[in-house]
Formats: sequence, C-alpha cells, structure tokens
Amino acid sequence: MLEVLIFATLNGLVTGFLLFMLASGLTLIFSMMGVLNFAHASFYMLGAYFAYSLSLYFGFWTGLIFAPIVVGVLGAMVERYGLRRVHQSGHVAELVFTFGLAFLIEESIQFFWGRDTKNYQTPELLDFPLFTLLGQEFSAYRGFMMTISIGIFIGLYYVLTKSRVGIIIQAAITHPQTVSNLGHNVPLIFMGVFGMGTALAGLAGVIAGPVLTTFPGMATVLGSIVFVIVVIGGLGSLAGAFIASLLIGLLQSYAIASDVGMPDLLNLLGVSFERGHPLNDLWTMNLPQIAPVLPYLLLVLVLIFRPTGLMGKREE
Amino acid sequence: MKNSQLLTKIFGSCRKPLLAISLGCVFIISNTSSAQEPVRIAFMDPLSGTFASIGNTGKTILEFAADYFYNSKGGILGGRMIEIVPLDNKQSPTETQLQFRRAISDDLHIIFQGNSSAVASTLSQTISRHNRRNPEQEVLQINYSAVDPILTEDNCSFWHFRFDAHANMKLDILTDFIAADEDIKSMYIIGQDYSFGQVVSDTTTRLLNEKRPDIEIVGNEFHPIGQVKDFTPYVTKIVSSGADAVITGNFGADMVSLARSIIDSGLDIPIYTFYAAYDGITATLGESGKDRIRLVHNGVANPLPTEARKQFNRDFKIAHPNSDVTQPRIVNALQMVVTAMEKTQSTDPYAIALALEDMRFTTMGGEEIWMRGEDHQIFQQLSVSVHTDEGVEFDADNSGFGLVTEYQVPMEETILESSCQMRRPRR
Repeated sequence: MLEVLIFATLNGLVTGFLLFMLASGLTLIFSMMGVLNFAHASFYMLGAYFAYSLSLYFGFWTGLIFAPIVVGVLGAMVERYGLRRVHQSGHVAELVFTFGLAFLIEESIQFFWGRDTKNYQTPELLDFPLFTLLGQEFSAYRGFMMTISIGIFIGLYYVLTKSRVGIIIQAAITHPQTVSNLGHNVPLIFMGVFGMGTALAGLAGVIAGPVLTTFPGMATVLGSIVFVIVVIGGLGSLAGAFIASLLIGLLQSYAIASDVGMPDLLNLLGVSFERGHPLNDLWTMNLPQIAPVLPYLLLVLVLIFRPTGLMGKREE
Repeated sequence: MKNSQLLTKIFGSCRKPLLAISLGCVFIISNTSSAQEPVRIAFMDPLSGTFASIGNTGKTILEFAADYFYNSKGGILGGRMIEIVPLDNKQSPTETQLQFRRAISDDLHIIFQGNSSAVASTLSQTISRHNRRNPEQEVLQINYSAVDPILTEDNCSFWHFRFDAHANMKLDILTDFIAADEDIKSMYIIGQDYSFGQVVSDTTTRLLNEKRPDIEIVGNEFHPIGQVKDFTPYVTKIVSSGADAVITGNFGADMVSLARSIIDSGLDIPIYTFYAAYDGITATLGESGKDRIRLVHNGVANPLPTEARKQFNRDFKIAHPNSDVTQPRIVNALQMVVTAMEKTQSTDPYAIALALEDMRFTTMGGEEIWMRGEDHQIFQQLSVSVHTDEGVEFDADNSGFGLVTEYQVPMEETILESSCQMRRPRR
C-alpha cells in the first residue's frame, strides 16, 4: 500500500506541474486582457504536433526547443493581428474570437496531421527507469517532465517578481495607462505575455505528447480542467493557479489510488442494499470511478463558498 | 437536381487520379446519361472529437466498399449507385437524436452505426419508436460494431441488425484462450465506465470463475470514457496488485494511453483487448507491445484466407495509403444489405429486414456467415490475434506491425442462446 501512496504522490505532482504550465499562461493572459483564452489548450496541442513533426526529422530535443518557440510566435501573431483588433469590440467579441480559434486550430490539426493517434515517442536517452521502489518503476521521462516544469515555475516566479520586465508586466496588468504614460510600449508587453503564455502551453504539449498520447482530442481532454484550475485558484492569480494545479493533480491521483467507495461508507453505517435497488449505481459507486469528475465538484464548491477562488482578489 | 448532384459527386471522386483508375470512373461517366436516383445510405458515427479517427476510418471503408463492389460495376438494382451520407453524431446520444432527425428529413432509411453501445441503444430505441409511429417510413439500423449483448438480447429490435460478435461471444473465446495459459494466476480488469465496459467486467469475472476458478480477479476498475488524461495512477494500482495479465474493453485514445502507460511502467504482462489495433494505435505501440497485446475479433487477421480478400486490402491501400481495412465486417454488412435489396428488388427497410433474417452469406474471406433471424445477431468465425511484426503481410498504420491470428474458433462454436423476445411489426 505504501508504494501506491508514494507513486500516487509522484504522479499527482507530475500532472500538477504539467497543469500549472498551462494554467500559468492562461491566468496571466486573463489578468492582462480580462478575457479567458478558450484556445489556450489548442496551443498546447499545437506544441505536441509541431514537436512530433520536428522529432521525425531532427529528433526529440530539437522539437523540445523549437516547437514552443514556433507556438509562441504563432500566439504573438494571434494577439497582434487578431485579438488586438477584436479588442476594440469588447470582451464578448474577444471571447468568441478565442472560442472560434480553438475550433480552427483543432480542425487545422486534423487537416494537416490526420485524425489518428501520432506515434510520438519519448527520446531513447530517457528510456530507462529512474528508480525502482517496492517493485514499481518511475520512468526517467517523468522525472524529466517534473524537472522541466519545476524549472519553468521557478523561472516564471523569478522573472515576474524580481526582474524589471516582470515589474513592468505586473504594472501593465493593473495600470496600463500609467505604464504607457511612463514611456513603455504596453501593446508590445501584451503581445509578449500572450506569446510567452502560449509558448508555455506549447512546451507543456511537447513534454506531455509522448506520455499522454498525441491525438486531436488532447486539447479537449485537458482544456476544461485548466479552466477549472484557473477559477479555483482565483482568476488572475499565479500563486492560486500553482496551488490549484497541485491540488487537482494530487486529488485525482489519490482518488484513483484509493479503494474506498459508497459500499465502505454503507458498511460503516451498517446499511446494505440489494443489487436490484433502483439506486444501485449510486450505492456501488467508488472513488476511483468518479476521480476525473472530482475537480468539477471542487469547482462548484469553491464557487459556492469562495467565489473569488482560493487566492483571487475581490472585485470592487 | 438529383442528377446534377450525382454528376458532381462522380466527377468529384474522379479528380483523384488513383481513385479514378481503381474505380473505373471512365465507365461511370459514360453511363451517367442513364443514371437513376442513387440508393442513399447514412453513416452515423463520430467524425469529429476524441473518437473521430475510428469513425472516419469506418466511413472510408464503407465508401470504398460501395464503390469497389457496386458503383464501379454499374450500381445495384439495375443501375442505381450507392451514395454514402455521413452524419456526425460526435459519439453522443443527444447528438445522435438530432442526426436521426436529419436522416429522416433527408429521406435516409438505412443507417450504418457502430461506435459506442450507449449510442447504439439510443438509436435503436429512437428507431423503434419512430417506426411504430410512422408506418411505411421505417428506418433500419445496421450496427457493425456496438457489442453490448443487450442489443440482441433483452432490448432486441426487429429494426436492428448486428454484424459484429457481441461482447459475451468474444469474451467466451478470449477467456478460453486465457484459461489455456497456465502461467496466468491473477487477472486485472479495467474498462470505460459505460454499458460495454460493465459487460466486459461482469462477463469476464463470471467466465473465468467457471473455466479457471484458480484465477483470482485482483482488480476491477472503471474510469470515465474519454476523460482520463494520464493512466499512470491506474497502472500503479495494477502493478501493486501483482496481476499476471490485464483485460480491457477500452477503445480509441483510452486504449492507446492505457497500453502506453502499462508499457512505460516496465510492467511485462500480457494485455488482452478488443480494440488495440489500427488508427495509430498499432504504430504507437510498436516494438514495445510486441507479443504482449492480443485482440479478440471476428474474421481473421494475417494470414488472410483468400486472394479476393487480399486483393481488396491491396486496392484499398492504393486508394487510401494512410488508412487500413480495420473493420472488414463493414464490408460484410454492406454486401448482405445489398444482397437483400437485390433479392427483394427494393430499398424498403421492412423487405430488407425480412430478407436479412437467416441469410447465409459467403464473405470475400471465403467464410460463410449467418444472420440469426430470432435476434438479428451475426455468427461467424472468431479469432484471437497478437500484435507483432513477424509474418505480417498486411500491416497496420504502415508501421510494419500488425496482427497475426493465433487462435481460431469456427462459427458453429461461437453460437450462444439469446433471451430476445422480438416484437415483430405487422404489415
């Protein structure tokens, strides 16, 4: 049982950090533009597909470096030539724009790469177990995923809080007019942040593609959960997104690893139901079965009891 | 109007030169002056979303078979072409209802559908209700892949025909195969949390108990369908359970992710599946899945039995280099439906249904298959095949890997009793 607990924690952390790479970009873009970027997970998918194609010719490592850059540049272009124009028509237009963009990206991917699962593999260099504990292997690639995402987290934290660029970005988020009056090019900052956010999503796609499989539905599978994280963490709060990512990663992982369910609860209460009971499905439900739904349950609870999210600021 | 549509369709398909040659388009064009109204058949399956690849491959096979066997040879029923009309149900029961409405308003009366037993059940109920209320306007459901037994058992319908062996038949064969392996002492069951996944779990438990009471079921897990990002936490549990083998009914992305996670975890145990091949799955599993992943399926894999069957694969590959003949049962279904049409000289669903009942048909694989009249369930040879790259004449995903049949059971031995009490419409 101990090894299940240890590995559940490790898996939870890997998923959590990966989710954070997506959520950080999404929440930054939100705090900047006041709009949820529905196409964010699509950039994650683009990252995986670009990296897959690059890896066919130049190997995995080239893909790791260049795919996020390509995605970032693409993201910056979307901001510069798309969102900025749409911005003048208000938030609803922006929302609809990103919504449409998500569909456009998904369809384009199916057009260029086809609909079947792509054979995107982990590099041979990392094709060994990092360590074996109580009969379970932890692959080197998962260790690598974790290292990259922790590195990104530290880097992001440092840039945003300690560097001059970070201070200007933070200022531009809350007081764009003032920053503009001080002689900074605010639209350029916005474009940079959007590009950076999408590049991070692309990077997440590059490292997740080989383990979570690269297929046209990958954005849909991850997309909704990222929104949940951003809302639970508090819209616009980077620290909140971090906590919520780890929370959800661990929550799902522990829920799957656990073996408890309604039957245990009923046994504890000394109640039992027959198999033919109309609510049989409810009485036999167990935690692993509903694990992927738990984040949404958490979302509902957070919205009821703390509408601003864990770390969000109260709106005036 | 109808004629001009047909013309554009024919010329449209002639634009692809390879297709044009293989389909003998020249011949069709010379015949268009006498073209009659096409026989239109709906294909309703996910053509977008998470499970789009399976649906699209099915559509490709159906369209190809229609052209290959009939349209290139002057059509059916005295010169009518077969036109396949794709309807995207996104594998959702709600969307299926909407698409069914569309099929009705487009005057489509034969619907091919295969993916997801939940969708097939919805469609079957919808069709039964529609047919009861709209006599003379009936619709026929050709189920080529949804394998929840209930569709031809308690919930059987006169308007539903299944051209795939159902889950209990397949599991009967698969558990025979597993029971013969003395090294397996424990089994882990994992599946998608819906009707078919539940059937796999229940039936496997029951059959293994009968055939090999010493095999312990060390895990019985359900996960939401198409929602799991990462199967590693599940695999952690499989490893810690100490299972000797895994059995799963997963398909599509859920199948690849599960198999990949098991392989990546370093767990070296056999995986018994229904759908672990084609549509990118074979290529993704590649070397790491060799001799470990097995499938139960109808018909045979490599070596293919007849020259006609081989030629069909080759010609399909020429027309669609990036696709495979993943589900030859679609071809069987189309051929049997057309045979029924020719026999009755009509496209009336009621007449077709009567003609299909108890039809015995020899497939291009040279095998005789039987559509049982009492429950509309097909019976044919079943096989267990292994994922490998040795002895593979026809590979999958152009990967060099494919399926080689290890165990075969003739049609007569796959027959199970049915609890179907069919309500027959009166005319």
